[in-house]
Amino acid sequence: MIQEIDYFAIAPPLTLALFAGLVLVLDAFLPARPRVRPALGLVTLAGVLVALGFVVAQAVRGGSALSTFCVPPGLNAPGGGCSYVVDRFTLILAGLVLVAAVVVVLMSMTELARGDIPVGEWHFLLLCTLVGAVILPASRDLIMLVVALELVSLPVFALTALKRYDGRSSEAAVKLFLVSVVSTAVMLFGVSLLYGIGGSVFLDRLGAVLGGEAAAPGRPGAGASVLGASVLGAEHGLPGVVTVGVVLVVAGFAFKIAAVPFHAWAADVYQGAPIPVAALLSVISKAAGFAGLILVLVTALPGQAGAWVPIVAILSALTMTAGNLLAMRQRSAVRLLAWSSVAQSGYILAPLAVAPAGTGAGASVAYLVMYAAMNLGAFAVVMLVSRVARRNELDDYRGLAFRSPVAALALAFCLLCLAGLPPGLAGLFAKIVVFREIVDGGAGWLAVVMAVNTVIGLYYYVAWTARLFVPVTAIGGAVREGAAQAVVAPRSAPAVWVAIGVAVAVAVLFSAAPQLVLDLTTVT
Amino acid sequence: MMGWVSVALIAVPLAGAVALLVAPDALRPVLRIYGPIVSGVTLVLAVVMLAAFDQGQAARPQFAVDQPWIPGLGLRFHLGVDGISLPLVVLTALLTFLCFAYLGWGGGRRPGQLLSARPGGARPRALVFTLLVLEVGMIGTFLALDLLLFFVFFEIVLVPMYFLIAVWGGEGRRRAAVKFILYTLLGSVVMLLGLLLVWAQTGTLDIVALGDAHGAGMPRAVQVLAFAAIGIGLAVKTPMWPLHTWLPDAHTEAPTVGSVLLAGVLLKMGTYGFARIAIPILPEGAVAVAPWLGALAVVGIVYGALACLAQRDLKRMIAYSSVGHMGFVLLGFATLTTVGINGALFANVAHGLITGLLFFVAGGIKDRYHTGDMPSLGGGMLATLPHLGAVLTFAAIASLGLPGLAGFWGEMLALLGAFQPGGGLPRGLFLTFMVIGGLGAVLTAAYFLVMLSRVTHGVPSVPAAPAVPGVHAVPTVPAVPADPGPAPVATGAGSDAVVSGAGSDAGATGAGAGAVVSGAGAGAGLDERAAAVSATAEVTGDAAGWETPDERPVQPLEAQPEQARSPGRDDGSPAAGMLDVQRYELVAWVPLIVLTLLFGLWPKLLLSLTTPAVQNLLGALS
Repeated sequence: MIQEIDYFAIAPPLTLALFAGLVLVLDAFLPARPRVRPALGLVTLAGVLVALGFVVAQAVRGGSALSTFCVPPGLNAPGGGCSYVVDRFTLILAGLVLVAAVVVVLMSMTELARGDIPVGEWHFLLLCTLVGAVILPASRDLIMLVVALELVSLPVFALTALKRYDGRSSEAAVKLFLVSVVSTAVMLFGVSLLYGIGGSVFLDRLGAVLGGEAAAPGRPGAGASVLGASVLGAEHGLPGVVTVGVVLVVAGFAFKIAAVPFHAWAADVYQGAPIPVAALLSVISKAAGFAGLILVLVTALPGQAGAWVPIVAILSALTMTAGNLLAMRQRSAVRLLAWSSVAQSGYILAPLAVAPAGTGAGASVAYLVMYAAMNLGAFAVVMLVSRVARRNELDDYRGLAFRSPVAALALAFCLLCLAGLPPGLAGLFAKIVVFREIVDGGAGWLAVVMAVNTVIGLYYYVAWTARLFVPVTAIGGAVREGAAQAVVAPRSAPAVWVAIGVAVAVAVLFSAAPQLVLDLTTVT
Repeated sequence: MMGWVSVALIAVPLAGAVALLVAPDALRPVLRIYGPIVSGVTLVLAVVMLAAFDQGQAARPQFAVDQPWIPGLGLRFHLGVDGISLPLVVLTALLTFLCFAYLGWGGGRRPGQLLSARPGGARPRALVFTLLVLEVGMIGTFLALDLLLFFVFFEIVLVPMYFLIAVWGGEGRRRAAVKFILYTLLGSVVMLLGLLLVWAQTGTLDIVALGDAHGAGMPRAVQVLAFAAIGIGLAVKTPMWPLHTWLPDAHTEAPTVGSVLLAGVLLKMGTYGFARIAIPILPEGAVAVAPWLGALAVVGIVYGALACLAQRDLKRMIAYSSVGHMGFVLLGFATLTTVGINGALFANVAHGLITGLLFFVAGGIKDRYHTGDMPSLGGGMLATLPHLGAVLTFAAIASLGLPGLAGFWGEMLALLGAFQPGGGLPRGLFLTFMVIGGLGAVLTAAYFLVMLSRVTHGVPSVPAAPAVPGVHAVPTVPAVPADPGPAPVATGAGSDAVVSGAGSDAGATGAGAGAVVSGAGAGAGLDERAAAVSATAEVTGDAAGWETPDERPVQPLEAQPEQARSPGRDDGSPAAGMLDVQRYELVAWVPLIVLTLLFGLWPKLLLSLTTPAVQNLLGALS
């Protein structure tokens, strides 16, 4: 039979893939002139924007979810199913990824202007990652999920290592590679176990089997009533290996989102990678990881909530605590952001741990969306400062308010958002949304842990923010080398300024009208 | 229909702050009058609100605005005032205006007037911006009638106050500021959990509806838990013993206007929360926790008084006195009677006026003597600086609760409430509280009188010269005829020739000292510029001692000529070198003095506003 493909549904990733090829070809055939570098960046940007346009068109279209790559019922599987579904969840995450990609592409245009990184490869790899990140939230079967996740991860190793002859960068790439490969192996093992038990790779089908609503294939009692099946399931048990499979899958995703105990790679990799890649890791890659995790947990494993809810709760508490404690001692801006983004992963995980089937995922996505805006804003300013201060330590930010008031205000706003203090209302409301889920779900201990963590987080965010407004002239003789003193002029890096503008504008918008995000994310 | 007044009260300072961001260059020349104008408009709005307030309906929210803001969170932009919040709104607007007036009146070049150029770069625009944002948060907190909106405004004040302390504060400002923000944030996050718990149980955030329900629909255990969580958050802000430890540092290190707003308004946000949220919404929780609240309040009263007796620093002493006064306020709440809560709310406002005044005066003293160390002040202020001494005496006496002044009624009513507690609270226990609280009141009187005897009374004498780097000026002291005056002068000249040399003309002595150092003798006036420059140089060396160096670049010289003009004056009486109360200070202080007298002599003015609202909030308990 011939499978029908709904090209409108897959238009965003398809566009990105086409542009990826286009960029590679252009890079190969265009003469190596200085103008070409920004031109390729603009082509990439155009690709991202066209894909974003398709996502918006899909969202505006409304109606029922688009689905494609479907297996008709009765063919090899009892219920049939679709591998690629464009529903609200997909659209939100794809939109988030693509808007974040705009900022990342703008940042990379500045990074590439230095000339020591091959442009065509960079943009090609970036677009490949985006293809994966856009496909991932639409995936509805385990194989698609794993492939998409790998598509997100693999190009990032290369992107990290593209800064050639840089020891830190190579170290970061190797670390990321090893960690990621191990996590993929772990997750594949879990996935194969789940497939072995459920007899299907489709998430909803798996959900039915593991929830006891449908009989597991090859077990006695197949076709029994729902009640009978669940009684059966309780007696013979879905084999204990289900729990192993669940734990392994969760562990695999925990690597991607840098959750404890698989968090140790974050700081080194963020620091070694070019800053746009660090931003990509902390937002796009993380969003993809969370999308996969939410899909698996909410669609395929709600019936096994008893197994994963406590795990996720403990992971969440440990992640936010470890991230915050580690961030407190950092002197490097990027390392601080790395640990802070680990801590933020903990906050995003928290609602999943208390309201498994209900609105928990909505709260997580809401937090993720707001976090993306503020974190990208912070990274964009860090990128700007990194141009004049190579080491990029927190002390380089002293007196930024006097040298470049706009950048300082933007960074201060983003940091206060991350801390969750007014005027950073986006962060405050994001935290309130999460707190509400936790309190509503009755996990008081997690709420208290998160409350304490919020205060710890505030300490380093505010310490950094305060530095921005301290005059640099008076550091009792310890004035840093002239680099830090250089004025960051807007014309020196127009693309980054646009990136800052986009990220901060979105963060301000979310601060004034968080309802926008909540409206989008209420239904999962 | 009059809801626009509520909105405008928040919108005006907010617009003022935004304008500073948007058009900094246009506003820079008029900065000194910009702050007073914006806060003045806000004050006028508050007065309009006061005038238009329907006293017959004091129990119901008036000037209400109720618009959905974030339906996803159930958060509504719901503002309004009733008899409880109205006095606080007016107090906030008044104190902010007075702070701006204090900063900007006249030439704006006095030491306490931070808008002037001074060592470290005054950053006047940032100061005005910070204060305006602070005002938004403070007024918003008192107007909010939605739990989460209240929380948002409650949080807005944190960042501006942090910067106010961390940028314009004293020596240990960094530590104090961090301590302040971490403590209060921890408190408010715990409070947020309590608020969300209330929400999870009732499904609404509307304070009015929740208050009318009087806790219906919430089991007792939940109420106790929520009250404890909300209470801890509010108690940190109030502050209640033993959660008060951030307060002395913050008060001591904050600049004068920071201390005034911190004591005058920010602490009230904590106590206001008890009256607005904790007690009416969670009455059963309140009954369960009240004995503990009362006990901690009484401990706070006694502890505050004892701590005050042990203080040497004037501002620190006043800060600890706030712990004691807030103890009375909390005791009033804990009684759960109309009388007690009325007393608490009265004491709240009175404390705002009186402690605001005390911090203004203490700031003025610190600006003149360049120290807040009471033994170093040397006594005899009534002789050397009669007006300043008189205002200090008045404020201290008002604060210790002399009948006839505002400080008396609140504490008296709070203790009276403890005589017959409501809500079925154990009477014996509260009688004990009353007795201990009464003892605390006596101790309060004791430490204020001790302070007065040390500072204002006695014969001005030369105190043991504090070990200060660069005491070159000390040799000049013996040259001055033995006069009752020289004590403070010596200190001023010794420790802080700097400051006066660096932009204050209050310390004409300082300029003299600088002149001496430069070797130009008393004739420094002839060579003003040289003297000034050398004084500044002296200062910069000295500055390292008393200021953390990282924030204060050398001050521009523009302020010098004016202040070098005065050395002639300090030849006669050294005391004359220190100016008595200045006009900019009078502007800020007189309204507070007048209101303290007014409320002291006519307490009904305030009580008639609060009583109906209090009866309403107590509902079933009364």
